[in-house]
Amino acid sequence: MARLTTENVGVAKEIISRYPRPKSALIPLLHLSQEQDGYVTEEGMQHIAELVGVTPAEVLGTCSFYEMFKLEPVGRYVVNICNNVSCMLCGSDELIHHAEQRLGIKVGNTTPDGTFTLESVECIAACTEAPALQVNYRFFNKVSTDGFDGLIDDLAAGRLDDDVPAHGTLARVRQHIPDDRRAGSIPPEGQTEPAWMHLNEPPASADGGEPS
Amino acid sequence: MSDVAVTINGQEIVANKGELVIDAAERHGVYIPRFCYHPRMKPVGMCRMCLVEIDTGRGPALQPSCMIECTPEMKVDTQSPVTKKAQDGVLEFLLINHPLDCPVCDKGGECPLQDQTLTYGPGESRFVEEKRHHEKPIPISDLVLLDRERCILCDRCTRFASEVAGDPLISFLHRGNETEVNTFPDDPFASYFSGNTVQICPVGALTALPYRFKARPWDLEATESTCQGCSVGCRIAIQESRNEVLRYLGVDADPVNWGWLCDKGRFGFEAVGAGNRLRDPLVRRGDQFSVVRWSDALHATATAITAALGSTGPSGIAVIGGARLTNEDAYAWSKLAKGLIGTDNVDCQLGDGLPASAVLGLPKATIDELCAPGATVILLGPDIKEELPVLFLRLKHAVQNDGVKVIEVSSMPTGFTKYASVSIRHRAAEANEAVRALLDGIPAGKDGGGADARVLDAARALVTSGAPLTVLLGRTSLSEQPDAVVDAAAALVDRVPGVKFLSGLRRANVHGALDMGLAPGLLPGRTTLAAAGGWFGRVWPQVPTQTGLDTTGILQAAAAGHVDVLILLGADPLADFPDRTLAEQGLAGARTVIALDTFLNESAQQADVVLAAAGFGECEGTTTNIEGRVSVLNQKVTPPGSARTDWIIAAELARILGSDLQLESVDDIRDEIEELSAAHRGLTVDVLAKMAYGDGVVVPLPSEPAPGADGDGDADGVGSEASDEAGDEASDEAGEPETVGADLERPGPAPIELERTDALEAPPIDAYSYRLVTGRRLYDQGTLVSQAGHLAGLAPGTVLRINPYDFDRLGVAEGTTLPLRSPRGLVEIEVHTDREVPRGTAVMFFNQPGADAARLIDATARVTEVRLETGGPS
Ligand code: SF4
Ligand code: SF4
Ligand code: FES
Repeated sequence: MARLTTENVGVAKEIISRYPRPKSALIPLLHLSQEQDGYVTEEGMQHIAELVGVTPAEVLGTCSFYEMFKLEPVGRYVVNICNNVSCMLCGSDELIHHAEQRLGIKVGNTTPDGTFTLESVECIAACTEAPALQVNYRFFNKVSTDGFDGLIDDLAAGRLDDDVPAHGTLARVRQHIPDDRRAGSIPPEGQTEPAWMHLNEPPASADGGEPS
Repeated sequence: MSDVAVTINGQEIVANKGELVIDAAERHGVYIPRFCYHPRMKPVGMCRMCLVEIDTGRGPALQPSCMIECTPEMKVDTQSPVTKKAQDGVLEFLLINHPLDCPVCDKGGECPLQDQTLTYGPGESRFVEEKRHHEKPIPISDLVLLDRERCILCDRCTRFASEVAGDPLISFLHRGNETEVNTFPDDPFASYFSGNTVQICPVGALTALPYRFKARPWDLEATESTCQGCSVGCRIAIQESRNEVLRYLGVDADPVNWGWLCDKGRFGFEAVGAGNRLRDPLVRRGDQFSVVRWSDALHATATAITAALGSTGPSGIAVIGGARLTNEDAYAWSKLAKGLIGTDNVDCQLGDGLPASAVLGLPKATIDELCAPGATVILLGPDIKEELPVLFLRLKHAVQNDGVKVIEVSSMPTGFTKYASVSIRHRAAEANEAVRALLDGIPAGKDGGGADARVLDAARALVTSGAPLTVLLGRTSLSEQPDAVVDAAAALVDRVPGVKFLSGLRRANVHGALDMGLAPGLLPGRTTLAAAGGWFGRVWPQVPTQTGLDTTGILQAAAAGHVDVLILLGADPLADFPDRTLAEQGLAGARTVIALDTFLNESAQQADVVLAAAGFGECEGTTTNIEGRVSVLNQKVTPPGSARTDWIIAAELARILGSDLQLESVDDIRDEIEELSAAHRGLTVDVLAKMAYGDGVVVPLPSEPAPGADGDGDADGVGSEASDEAGDEASDEAGEPETVGADLERPGPAPIELERTDALEAPPIDAYSYRLVTGRRLYDQGTLVSQAGHLAGLAPGTVLRINPYDFDRLGVAEGTTLPLRSPRGLVEIEVHTDREVPRGTAVMFFNQPGADAARLIDATARVTEVRLETGGPS
């Protein structure tokens, strides 16, 4: 379960093929692994290391740099409440306190049923909508304590399944770049200009001279 | 190379183009403090300790001097108030989380953080909060511990691991205040080079288990020497306290090791003072040894030698070994064996190297030549990562930074495969077919040793590209004779003008021993009995006329009862000779066995007399590395008990034999070598005294004409077996040496000719047999590893690897243990697939715990063939 599934290995290979160097695919592959398991497992990192030809230590080095990659299991819904200035002025302290009461856990923990993980986070770039929170990185704006309760009820009842997929899923529709639109794995040192520049080449101009 | 004029602290200096400010300043006597910058690694600008004010015409600004190249008219101020404030600030910040546990820190007293805080720091901190805490210390490998609290995140260890060693098994993890160096869980920093990170860590975050809490740096006394862990000859500092060697540090010898050491060399120091070192001579009484006085042991030895001389004559006496010895010891033993006793049955190699003529009879290259920018290299020898580790680092660097292209010719994947441009995989024992096909294309009716034609084409393009070509030439496998490699070398030297060779023989001072004549047919100074016998006869009591036996020949003769006295000169044939069966028969068949050694190893246990020898660090001398570089070994501690230096044992024995070596000191020996050896001319006692600290010199010294294979290749060679037709060889040899004899003219350089083998056909192989390929690992059961406390136990063991195509026919599961049989014996071994192993080939490792390759190898066969027994039809 923790290594990438056969299906995901196929996806991984396609992702790797988009980059000149396999190592460049590390972050999308870590997302893939997190999408599969809800968090990034050791076996997942080992598998990624094999796929891109680096050591597991290098994968962990990259993975652990980013807060959004979870190295421990988290709930199906990760609730991030912003604690920065705008949100704080608009009541995020109270909101966090309320969330702790409502979910019965302290910030940084997961409910025993594995449904919710509560986090207090730095600015999530929604200051105009303070107090803001994210559930699995989907925004919910101007959240009141009542609104929070409603949100939790809706999530728990599955009423928001269409809006908020389980933790780890970046997008339901996977980006797919058709073969003819890909830069391909041309090493950067072999490039004189961005590869896509050739895709829409204008017809050769008549004079063909260099601008003087 | 255009020069760049810059001003540092008001003083005009001339920097090299592209030189970093920090380096240019240091070269001109201005030291800029630093933590992360290391001259042998790329700069990263991590620590900011080297901030100085630099004005490039836009006004002064603080810039990291390790990241900035000198540009014309740049003005640098390393002492301005702004610079000073930056240094204060950086140190105050670095110390925020540093635990300052200097009293219990191994680095205390030699710590850049301590020293630079004193010299450049603010002296006080405004930080009153709680420091970061981590578990203290955690092991990151079997040899290295990490104390994360002390780490200043300079990125030296992690850069070393990925950039230099190529083992990125440690990495920065997490972010910000949480950042730490660590490994992946349960995936230790198992690099052969891990000890270097301890040496370059600018704080005490990384410590080495063998040295931890053993000493305070100010109590250590040091001298320089050269590692004897293998033949690369890395320069080291031996550090000692109270007559106990406590550690080695790498010394930056520019032509050799660049400051790096492998862990086997670095931590091999523990063998020096190991508790079970031989302290006194022993004589066998029945099944037991008794400790005796030196005179008794030496008399017993002399009596056996005299008796042998009386019955069989000199040829009844044989000497195996010598690579442990210093050059001076080797000379004394060469003089004793060849000049006084008169036997030429002398071989410093243990059937695991190359014929002496392949080492001395080809144009020689240095490590720098091998790694010269733009050069092409053919690896035709052992896995250099396993056997010559720091040479691996040098060549890897050259490939990754200097455009060197490597062609690997091998029957198994090696540690260098991933850095090679081309890897030619050929069937075992057919390296010559592959190399000839590389040069000329695959001849009709042959298949180039099974090598892929496209791969050969790619290799040919490199060889004919016009780039200088250097060949690393060594023993590719212990379970085949070296003929194929020698034939391949002959093809290369004939066909590629200007090709040079670097020896890949691995044992410590084997090149010095060869230079001192410890091989059949040779005399000191890279010359032959035939060419220089007359010259040596002037000073030596006699010189053998017949070329003697090599180690295989000696053991065969001993097994047949023709050896009266077998002297093991620091050699352990039971462990190191590839063919255990023959080694056992030889030791059992020799009437008297004398062992000079530092440990009572397996072979010494069979001896009749054991003479306790002084070892590395316990005696003065010189050593010679793969390039022919002579460097000085300084003494730092006294030998245990009454153990004696090998040359003194030789001199004493000569006296008891009623003669005199006329050698009374190391300097005497150096004088005589300088006088007699064409290769060591000019290497006088005075010159050597000046070299006590330093990189050493490649002999022959440049002012002298180089001896070498510039002769006109006499093709009907005498094979790699020692020839007993020495007379023929004498007449074949171009009479190069100027007249020697009565007048005092020295002999000129006497070229040694590569002894060629006739066209070789490897024996055909049936569908159910494999040709065995036997390599070595860095850690094995050899003396140095097993006697060095923390290295013992690192030998990984061995499995058998075969091609998946062959494996499928066995009908067993991966990892099944099967009986593996050769004409010599049977072992049980786990079998695995490896698609890099050619079909019909089976690869295993030598002298490992578990399955013992030496039980299988037949030293007399061109290649040992083995079969896996699957226990009936499946
Ligand atoms: S452990 Fe030492 S070498 Fe490695 S980053 Fe920390 S301070 Fe630097
Ligand atoms: S490479 Fe050889 S000489 Fe260098 S440190 Fe290792 S064992 Fe010693
Ligand atoms: S030495 Fe220059 S930034 Fe560290």
